[in-house]
Amino acid sequence: MTTSTRNTRRRPTIRSRSDALSVRISPRAIVVGTVFALIATTAGIIALTTGDFPIPVADVAATLLGNGDPGTTFVINELRLPRILTGLLVGTALAVSGAIFQSVSGNVLGSPDILGFTSGAATGAITVLLVLHGTTSQATLGALLGGAATGAAVYALSYRHGLAGPRLILIGISFQALLASVNSYLITRASLGGAVTAKVWLIGSLDSRSWEQVRPLVIALALLLPLALYLGRSLAYLEMGTDTAKALGIDVERRGLALIAIGTALAAVATAAAGPIGFVALTAAPLARRLTGSSSPPLLTTALAGAALVTVADLAAKQLFSPTQLPVGIATAAIGGIYLATLLVQQRRRT
Amino acid sequence: MTSRLSAQGLTLAYDQRIVADNLGIAIPDGAFTVIVGPNACGKSTLLRALARLLRPKQGAVHLDGALISSYSTKEVARRLGLLAQTATAPSGISVADLIARGRHPHQRLLRQWSREDERVVDEAMDRTGVTDLADRLVDELSGGQRQRVWLATVLAQATPILLLDEPTTFLDIAHQVEVLDLCAKLPADGQTLVAVLHDLNQASRYADHLVAMRGGRIIAQGVPSEIVTSELVEDVFGLACRVITDPESGTPLVIPRYTGAVKTTTTPS
Repeated sequence: MTTSTRNTRRRPTIRSRSDALSVRISPRAIVVGTVFALIATTAGIIALTTGDFPIPVADVAATLLGNGDPGTTFVINELRLPRILTGLLVGTALAVSGAIFQSVSGNVLGSPDILGFTSGAATGAITVLLVLHGTTSQATLGALLGGAATGAAVYALSYRHGLAGPRLILIGISFQALLASVNSYLITRASLGGAVTAKVWLIGSLDSRSWEQVRPLVIALALLLPLALYLGRSLAYLEMGTDTAKALGIDVERRGLALIAIGTALAAVATAAAGPIGFVALTAAPLARRLTGSSSPPLLTTALAGAALVTVADLAAKQLFSPTQLPVGIATAAIGGIYLATLLVQQRRRT
Repeated sequence: MTSRLSAQGLTLAYDQRIVADNLGIAIPDGAFTVIVGPNACGKSTLLRALARLLRPKQGAVHLDGALISSYSTKEVARRLGLLAQTATAPSGISVADLIARGRHPHQRLLRQWSREDERVVDEAMDRTGVTDLADRLVDELSGGQRQRVWLATVLAQATPILLLDEPTTFLDIAHQVEVLDLCAKLPADGQTLVAVLHDLNQASRYADHLVAMRGGRIIAQGVPSEIVTSELVEDVFGLACRVITDPESGTPLVIPRYTGAVKTTTTPS
């Protein structure tokens, strides 16, 4: 026996005696994931207790257990809790969506916010609100359609004998710019009231989110997340190139399409709930990957990283510039912008 | 001769550009088959069709008596391994982890890393001499080491048939010989090996069965010592040459004719 596969053996494996069942565990991914979960929870608790109307932790706990006074119950259950939950769920959806697209396109820049899917979802929502004068829930439907249509268009235009990463990114970036300007235009020519309603679609915000946003998110994630985790095991192989992935037994066309559909749906659902919060999809997966040191995309850790990023960014946007309440999208854009610049400089140096 | 992998009446094309028409081939079991031919003769395209990476416009590829398209992708991957030219290693992956990925066709949701996986990966590393590199990052390896690691990844797939698309490209001569020596040993273990190679002399030395292609057709195939003649090389590559016996291996050795094209001494204006 050789002692060479230390690296492989270092990852603990639980096996049945017959060798029929075996599960590998990555302790580092568990630690990193737990830390992200703790960060998200802490940020959530701080957000529940602080604000214009500070509530002690004990009262928050009592309220969540159903024993709070009516005023506190209203603030917690109707104002703060939906906002925090929307943030957690949106962060999760964006992060997983980003991880999928980055792996499929083989480029860190291939995330749905850079490729214009989130802007496209916003275009859908704004069109419903301002042009068709629809309701907020109809706007959500518009966001889903807009995101899916943008995804389909970007992929159709960049598909040529398989997916070409650089082509996809260039076409995606041009769509992003185009759709962002369409969104601005639609809002400029809207009435004042309409513009205020639609403003959230220009830059992502968690302000005044209610259970109306939380419910569809919970349903969508309950459906999409397990699928993403199951099918996402192929992402590591898709990153090795179409030929190698297929040679190793991955049904590249079908699996790739299914993952792209899931990724597009996740981005659209998130944008429908909170507008186009930028840079979370871009940063969460590389962050999780670097911290776990994993050679394959750690989707679950990425999901937790996304949840932590959005909750912390929302808390920071709310607290740092108090009493002015900045939308969370500005905070993520500030962090993400710096990250994107570093990324581009690094990529440039490498080539 | 028995053949688990064969093709009949293949028309191969990229979009509308037809690369090969009515092409047939039977890969002999347990032997090292080498496909040679000039650039763009369709040799890599044929390999891609045999590996079900390219769907033929017409004709059929058969694997173990059934159409290759009738198997699931994963089932094909348990029978047939491929070292593609375009293989890219994810950045930051260790040698052991990359080779372990070769086990994918044998794994399931709740069978992620069996003792069998571990044994086969150890063996693949041992056979390719990369055991000592196990903990290194693939990014840090030299070209020769990296190619050995990719070969180990395909070996870890433990398939009876192995297809290698130009496994020696980008390697210096010593590493080319090293990789080919390794390949030549595989048929002894019962594996069937098909490789596309550029160097006719290396092909003649290592192949049990040589296939010479030109313009999408097979011009000649058989034991190298029986088919490699100056006429064949002239016909396939358009190269005037002499064929002598390789003093080392006793196989045909192709030497291009000396055309007297000495370096000119005229100074550029």
